[in-house]
Amino acid sequence: MTTQHTGPGSHGGAGVSGPHVGGPDDQYSAEQLAAMPREELDRLGARYDGVEVLHVDPGPEPGSTLEKRAVRQVALTFALAGVAALAFIVVYVGSGWFLPDWQWDITEGGWSAIFTPLLGSLGGLSLILVGVGLVLYTKKLLPHETAVQDKHDGSHFDRVTTGATLVGGLHDSGLARRKLLTRSMVFMGGALGAMLIMPLGGLIRNPNTGNPLGTTSWGEGVRLLRDDGTPIRPGDQQPGSLETVFPAVPGGNRESDAATMLIRLRPEQLEADRPIPGQEGFGYGDYVAYSKICTHAGCPVSLYEQETSRILCPCHQSQFDVTQGAKPVFGPATRALPQLPITVDDEGYFVARSDYIEAVGPTYWNRERI
Amino acid sequence: MARTATAPGVPTTRLGKAAVDFDDRLIVAGPLRRTLNKVFPDHWSFLLGEIALYSFILLLLSGTYLTFFFDASMREVVYDGSYAPLRGVEMSAAYDSTLDISFDVRGGLFMRQLHHWAALLFVAAIVVHLLRIFFTGAFRRPRETNWLIGIALLVLSFAMGFTGYSMPDDLLSGTGLRIVSAIILSIPVVGTWVHWAVFNGDYVGEYIVGRMYIVHVLIVPAIMLALIALHLLILVKQKHTQFPGPGRTEHNVVGNRLFPAFAGKATGLVFIVFGVCAALGGLVQINPLWLWGPYNPAQVSAASQPDWYVMFLDGSTRLWPAWDINLPGDYTIPALFWPTVVLPGILFTLMALYPVIERKLTRDETSHHLLQRPRDVPVRTSLGTMAITFYVVLMISGGNDVVADKFDISLNAMTWIGRIGLIILPPIVYVITYRICLGLQKHDREVLEHGIETGVIRRLPHGEFIEVHQPLGPVDEHGHGQLAYGGASVPKKMNQVGAARRAVRGFFSPIEEPAQVELEQRRESHGAAAADESRELTSSGRPSDSGRPQEPRD
Repeated sequence: MTTQHTGPGSHGGAGVSGPHVGGPDDQYSAEQLAAMPREELDRLGARYDGVEVLHVDPGPEPGSTLEKRAVRQVALTFALAGVAALAFIVVYVGSGWFLPDWQWDITEGGWSAIFTPLLGSLGGLSLILVGVGLVLYTKKLLPHETAVQDKHDGSHFDRVTTGATLVGGLHDSGLARRKLLTRSMVFMGGALGAMLIMPLGGLIRNPNTGNPLGTTSWGEGVRLLRDDGTPIRPGDQQPGSLETVFPAVPGGNRESDAATMLIRLRPEQLEADRPIPGQEGFGYGDYVAYSKICTHAGCPVSLYEQETSRILCPCHQSQFDVTQGAKPVFGPATRALPQLPITVDDEGYFVARSDYIEAVGPTYWNRERI
Repeated sequence: MARTATAPGVPTTRLGKAAVDFDDRLIVAGPLRRTLNKVFPDHWSFLLGEIALYSFILLLLSGTYLTFFFDASMREVVYDGSYAPLRGVEMSAAYDSTLDISFDVRGGLFMRQLHHWAALLFVAAIVVHLLRIFFTGAFRRPRETNWLIGIALLVLSFAMGFTGYSMPDDLLSGTGLRIVSAIILSIPVVGTWVHWAVFNGDYVGEYIVGRMYIVHVLIVPAIMLALIALHLLILVKQKHTQFPGPGRTEHNVVGNRLFPAFAGKATGLVFIVFGVCAALGGLVQINPLWLWGPYNPAQVSAASQPDWYVMFLDGSTRLWPAWDINLPGDYTIPALFWPTVVLPGILFTLMALYPVIERKLTRDETSHHLLQRPRDVPVRTSLGTMAITFYVVLMISGGNDVVADKFDISLNAMTWIGRIGLIILPPIVYVITYRICLGLQKHDREVLEHGIETGVIRRLPHGEFIEVHQPLGPVDEHGHGQLAYGGASVPKKMNQVGAARRAVRGFFSPIEEPAQVELEQRRESHGAAAADESRELTSSGRPSDSGRPQEPRD
C-alpha cells in the first residue's frame, strides 16, 4: 500500500483537471484497469480500502451434487416463503368473502378464533423462511472468505492541520482579546436560551391552590353510595363484609381519590377495635369507613381478609389492620388509611360527617403542612 | 467484466452505462466500495445489537400502523363495538380505540400484539447486548461514548415501554400510571409541582394520555433514532472489536467483507427477527386488555405486574421498608422515593460511569480493540454477575405475590426472602464467580502447559498408569508446552484440534464417499488420519524417562 493517499476519497494534490483527478486515477490508467480481470480489480479496490483477502474457501463446485442440493434447499425455502405469504394474503383478504368472517365473537370458536393465529403463523413463517433461505444461501453457496482490514488511529497530520485552522479562525475573530464582546455574547446566549424555554412555563401549575391533594368530594351530609348509585342503610351488610362506596356527587364513582371502604366489623373485631386516638367516634355502631386509596403508591387496597382483619394492597403488599385504625402492619406503607367519619341521616342512610381530616393517598413533601 | 469497445473502461452494457451516469451525478462509487469492503468480525454475540436494531425498525413500522387507528384522548365514550361484554360501558376514547384495533380492524390485533412483542424483544436484545459489551470489555477506551449512548437508549426504551403500555388506559395500565403518579409526588420539594406539570393538575386529569402519546410516537422515537444513528456512525468510524485469535491484533479486523457474505446473513437476520415477532404476535396472546376493562381508580386486579423490564422497580418498591423521613418543619421524604427514584438513579448512573470507574481503578488508559474473555477479568465479571443477581432478586420480588401463590409460600415470607436475599446473595455470587474465573484461568494454563487429555491410558514399564496428553505446541525437555496464553479460547478436546474426521456431508443420506473425505483430509494434512505417523504423545508434566511423577508446577 502506498502512503501517498490519506484515504480513498481524497482528491488532494494533483492539479490535473478532467475526469481523472488525483488519487488512484493517477496511478492506474483506464487502459491498465481495463486489462485487469474482475477478481484483480476487486482485490485492488479492497487493498485500497485497507482490506486484504487472506483466504477464500470457494463455494461448492458448479454442477456438483453438493451445489445442486444446496440450490434445491435454498430454492425450496424461498418458494415455501412465497407460498406462506400468498396464504397470508388469502386469509387476510378472503375472510368474510369466500372464507368465514374474521371478526371475533366471544360465543363461538371456529374461523374467527384462528384468524389472528393464522395471520401470525403464516406471516411469521413466510418471513422466517426468507431469513433462513438467505442464511442458507450465504452459508452453503457463497465462497467463505477471510479478510483483514487495517484499523487506523487518528492521524497526527490531521490533528495538527485542523487545529491550526480552528485556532486561526478563533484568533482572527479576536474573541480572546475583545472581552466586552465575549461577555455580551455570554449574556445574550443565557437570556435567549431562557427566553426559548419560557413557553414551557405553560406547563407549570400551582399544586397548592385550593389544596386539591388534601380534599375530596366528601363533606358533611354527603351520602355513601354503592358503585351503582344506591344508598346504604346500616342493616344492609353482613358483619365481616366490605363494600366500596363513593360520595353522592356527580361523577363521584369515577373520582380518583374518593373511593372508600365501608366495613362492618364482626362482634369479636369490634371488641378488639382500637381506633387511632382522636378518631374514636368516627365509626357508626359496628361500621367503620376507611379510604380505599393506599397511602403508599395510591393503588386501591382491595383484598380484605376478615379472619385476620387485614386489608392487603395487591400492588406492593402493604397490609392494614382494620381493628387498629387501618394501621399498616406489614409492607412498604408508612401511614394508616385515613378514616372517614360517618353517621346516618334522617332517612337512615349512611352519610359522611365531614371530609377526610387528612390527605388521602400517597405521601408527598408538604403533606403534613396542609 | 467490461469489455473494451470504443475506449478502455467505458461500459458497453446498459446497466454499466446507467451506473456510470449515476456516479457522474452523485459520485458514490468510492464510498460505496469502501462500505462494501468493510470487514465485519464473525461471532454470534455480535448479532445481539443487530437484533435490537431490527426490532426497533419493526417497532417503527408497526407503531406507525397503529397510529392510524388509535385515538389518544381521555374523552368519555360509551363502547358499542363488537366485543359484547363491554358494550354499553363508559370508557375513555383511548381504551375504546384500542378495543377497536383489537376487534374491528382487520389484522389489528395481530399488529398490536406484534408491536408489543417487538417491544419486549427490543428491550431484551438491548439488555443482552449490554451484558455482552460489559463482560467482554468492549466499552473500554475508545468506546466509552458508545457505551453512554447505549445506556441512554436503554433508559429511553424504558420510557417508550412505559408510555406504550400506559396509553390504552385499561385497568392494568391505569394502575401503573397511578403508581407513577405517586412516585412523582414522592420527589422531595418539587414532587407536587412536577406532578401538576406532567398531569396538568391532580391525578388523573384529561391530559396525560395525549401527552404520553406525543412522547411515545414523536419525541422519544426521534431522540432514539438520532442516538441509534450516532451509535452506528461511531461504530463504523471506530470499527468493530474482535476476540483475540490467529492473525487478530489491536490494529486490524478479521472477518467477512460486508458484501456479499455479511450482507446476506444480516438481511437474513432482519427477516428472522421480523418473522419471530410476527409469529409471536399472531400465536401468543399478550396484554388481552379487553379482559381488564376500562380504568377505574377504585378497582385493581391481583398480580398487577408491569412488563418484564420494569418489574425490578416494582420489586424494589415492594421490598423497601416503611421508612418515611420526617424533617423539621413537617416536611416528609416519602419512603416510596428511595426505591423508585433514587435506586434506579444510582443503578443507571453507576452503569453509565462504569467505564470511567474501571479506567480509574485499573489506570488503563490505552485503546483496546481486542475483547477480553470474562474469565480473564475476574473482578469485572464478578461485579457483573453480582449486579445481575441484585437485578434478578428485585425482578422476582416484582412478582413475589405470584410466586407466593403458585408455590404456596407466605407472602410476607417472600418479602423477607427478597429483602435478605438482596443483601446477601450478590456478595456470595461475587465470590463464587471469582473462584470460577480463577479455576477456568488455571485450567487454560494447565492445558497449555500439559496438553489436552486424550483419554488414552498408558502403562509405563514400571507399572504406573498415566493419561496421555496431547501438547498444543512445541514442548521443552520436560514435556511442558511452551505456548503462552494469548487471551483466546484454548482447545480442550481432541476434536477441537482436528482429531476427528470431518463429518460426512448429507442430512438423510451421505452425499459423499467416506473414503473421499479421508483422502481429502490426508491431502490437507489435518485430522487423526493424517497425524497418525507424525504425532508424538507425551505424558502429563513429567519427563518421559522419569520413573516418578513430579509436581506439575516444577
